[in-house]
Amino acid sequence: MKVTSVNELEAIRSEILAGKDLDKPCIAVCGGPGCLANQCLEVRDAFVNEIAAKGLTDKVDVRTTGCHGFCECGPIALIYPQEIFYQGLSIDDIPEIIEETIINNKTVDRLLYTDDKAGQLVETEGEVPFYKKQMRLILGNNSKIDPHSIEDYIAIGGYSALAKVLGGMQPMDVVDEIKNSGIRGRGGGGFPTGRKWESTRNAQGDIKYVICNADEGDPGAFMDRSILEGNPHSVLEGMIIGAYAIGSNEGYVYVRNEYPLALKNINLAIKQAREAGLLGDNILGSGFNFDLKVNRGGGAFVCGESTALMASLEGKPGEPRAKYIHTSDKGLWDRPSSLNNVETWANIPLIINNGADWYSAIGTESSKGTKVFSLVGKINNTGLVEVPMGMTLREIIFDIGGGIPDGKAFKAVQTGGPSGGCIPESLIDLPVDYDRLTEVGSMMGSGGMIVMDEDTCMVDVARYFINFLMEESCGKCVPCREGLLRMGEILTDITEGRGRMEDLDLIQDLSEVLKDASLCGLGQTAPNPVMSTLKYFRDEYEAHIKDHKCPAGVCTELITYNIDAGNCTGCGLCLKKCPAEAITGETKQPHVLDTGKCIKCGICYDVCKFDAVRKE
Amino acid sequence: MTANESKLDSIIDEYNAEPGSLISILQDIQAKYNYLPEESLEYVAQRLDISRVQVFGVATFFKAFSLKPKGKQQIHVCMGTACHVRGSKKVLEELERKLEIKAGDTTADGEYTLETVNCVGACALGPVVVENEEYHGEMTPIKVESLLNSK
Repeated sequence: MKVTSVNELEAIRSEILAGKDLDKPCIAVCGGPGCLANQCLEVRDAFVNEIAAKGLTDKVDVRTTGCHGFCECGPIALIYPQEIFYQGLSIDDIPEIIEETIINNKTVDRLLYTDDKAGQLVETEGEVPFYKKQMRLILGNNSKIDPHSIEDYIAIGGYSALAKVLGGMQPMDVVDEIKNSGIRGRGGGGFPTGRKWESTRNAQGDIKYVICNADEGDPGAFMDRSILEGNPHSVLEGMIIGAYAIGSNEGYVYVRNEYPLALKNINLAIKQAREAGLLGDNILGSGFNFDLKVNRGGGAFVCGESTALMASLEGKPGEPRAKYIHTSDKGLWDRPSSLNNVETWANIPLIINNGADWYSAIGTESSKGTKVFSLVGKINNTGLVEVPMGMTLREIIFDIGGGIPDGKAFKAVQTGGPSGGCIPESLIDLPVDYDRLTEVGSMMGSGGMIVMDEDTCMVDVARYFINFLMEESCGKCVPCREGLLRMGEILTDITEGRGRMEDLDLIQDLSEVLKDASLCGLGQTAPNPVMSTLKYFRDEYEAHIKDHKCPAGVCTELITYNIDAGNCTGCGLCLKKCPAEAITGETKQPHVLDTGKCIKCGICYDVCKFDAVRKE
Repeated sequence: MTANESKLDSIIDEYNAEPGSLISILQDIQAKYNYLPEESLEYVAQRLDISRVQVFGVATFFKAFSLKPKGKQQIHVCMGTACHVRGSKKVLEELERKLEIKAGDTTADGEYTLETVNCVGACALGPVVVENEEYHGEMTPIKVESLLNSK
């Protein structure tokens, strides 16, 4: 397929659509990371085989798609055209689905989702409470296309925004449209995208670059992965439009090496776009030239920082530099560069197609559009959710996320990864946007939302983030290199029972220094997890220091395991599983745990079926 | 195993010997040998016409690279936040006990390398252990034994 003009794209789209029978059943099997880990490919193969066995190969399509978002329920399949939502599939379920749903047009009730609140089965995806309150502008197409098929993308309107731009918009019109839409960078800092483009456009230099940051090193976030895996052409389309607006002919996609499928899909998409004449010279006959290269990341969190990412693109260690001069003036190889995150690029075609007014009507005063969050941790409905900016934490966690498992109490939600903070229950009605999160000491970050219940120790969480950042600090500037090391030591002391009250003041002082004196965002935002937990959960710090107790029962040095003789039936399971031989006892007699030998691995606690092992 | 220059050439040529592709080149070399043999780094510096300091700097800065040979089975324990709050530390400790090595090390028989990774992007299934390229979700210390015995 080669598209040589703007009008031809529409003709090709009509042709593709004419060849598609919209009433033809199609089984869209989710191939996202969560479902992959749950053997969804075997499920997909079982569909293909069963369809062949029934002689239906020409009558039913099977599509492997990107992530549908509801990871908790994987493997998931959607049956089109009715959009029946089947979950928790195994290969044994497949013959029944084909027989009942495809041939007899009935649902297989045991594979449907049960809405516990309403106490009833729901048939279609749109009725599932997890999806009901979402606004899936970016993620919604994942289930409608095969990410390996450019035709699928074109069929749902793909590249029409590019055609609109190249068919009559001046580069400055495009920049203005993006500026008016109010979109801010989805990488987390929230810098207005249109302004970034404008400064890169206005910067001096013949060669300019557009770069896609797909390094997503933020632990607990996987939305960029799912977009690149599920809809890579949407990112490409955004980048080509951006390049036209900025006046760039070369671009880079910097992909995290831990995401092999994302790498494969974006490379394939680039190849297809090139063959179709959507990348390369004279795109759609407009005279505009642009091409892209993919570079793999090396596994350094600091490369999320734009200057570090660019250093690594130049083949150097990923060390950031001070941004006295913006990368929009001097970025990659000292040339004007506009670096945007995957999700930002994926938003661009939407804005162009629907207009800035449409886009800016979604969201809040200062934060426009939707945001994809990865809702994980101690939550019932884990997965990727996309909501308009300004939805409250309560709606996201309880209405969409279904609340906390096992009847436990909600304690906090950590947003923004290592640059963000922990938000306590008292702020559960906070509307989520860039500024409100910053006001309470957290951050949007790339959109990780880690839900914590009463069994999560907030001091341990703070230590976790500081240790993470300590390992990831590039070591170039002193406040970050030494400050994080010292903070890590203090927090370790506290979690191991050696903390002193004056340490809390010292942490506060160190945090101020890091915030003010670090070279890049990694160090500047590093105190957030500590400061927010200290602000909202000071009592937990004090319990560790004054009482040598970990209220959540997490910090190993501060807890002991014991066997309650009254509950112990002498089944011997804990004795058998104990790696330290700390448990003794005769069969059917209460067992005894030697706390001197116990290494506090918690295995006895996990295996005991009689609630006889106690953690204090 | 030592680096074979013709194999290195084919990797380097694929990237037109561009210094900007250093990380990708090293990644391909590592994929071939399971680690970065020292002489391969020297050769890359020579072919790309950049300093050895730059090549060694990159090879030691990024987590993806190892200058030590790795085991046949590579076990990565995800230490991302979602996995952490669901107990990945205990899973790692159990693996360390069972394999009798610390994270980052390889067993004496060259069979297993145990490593941590800071997020594999399968947060919904935490704690996750990736064994070679296979994902195992919702891991517990108890499941570690069957994971190791499945080989």
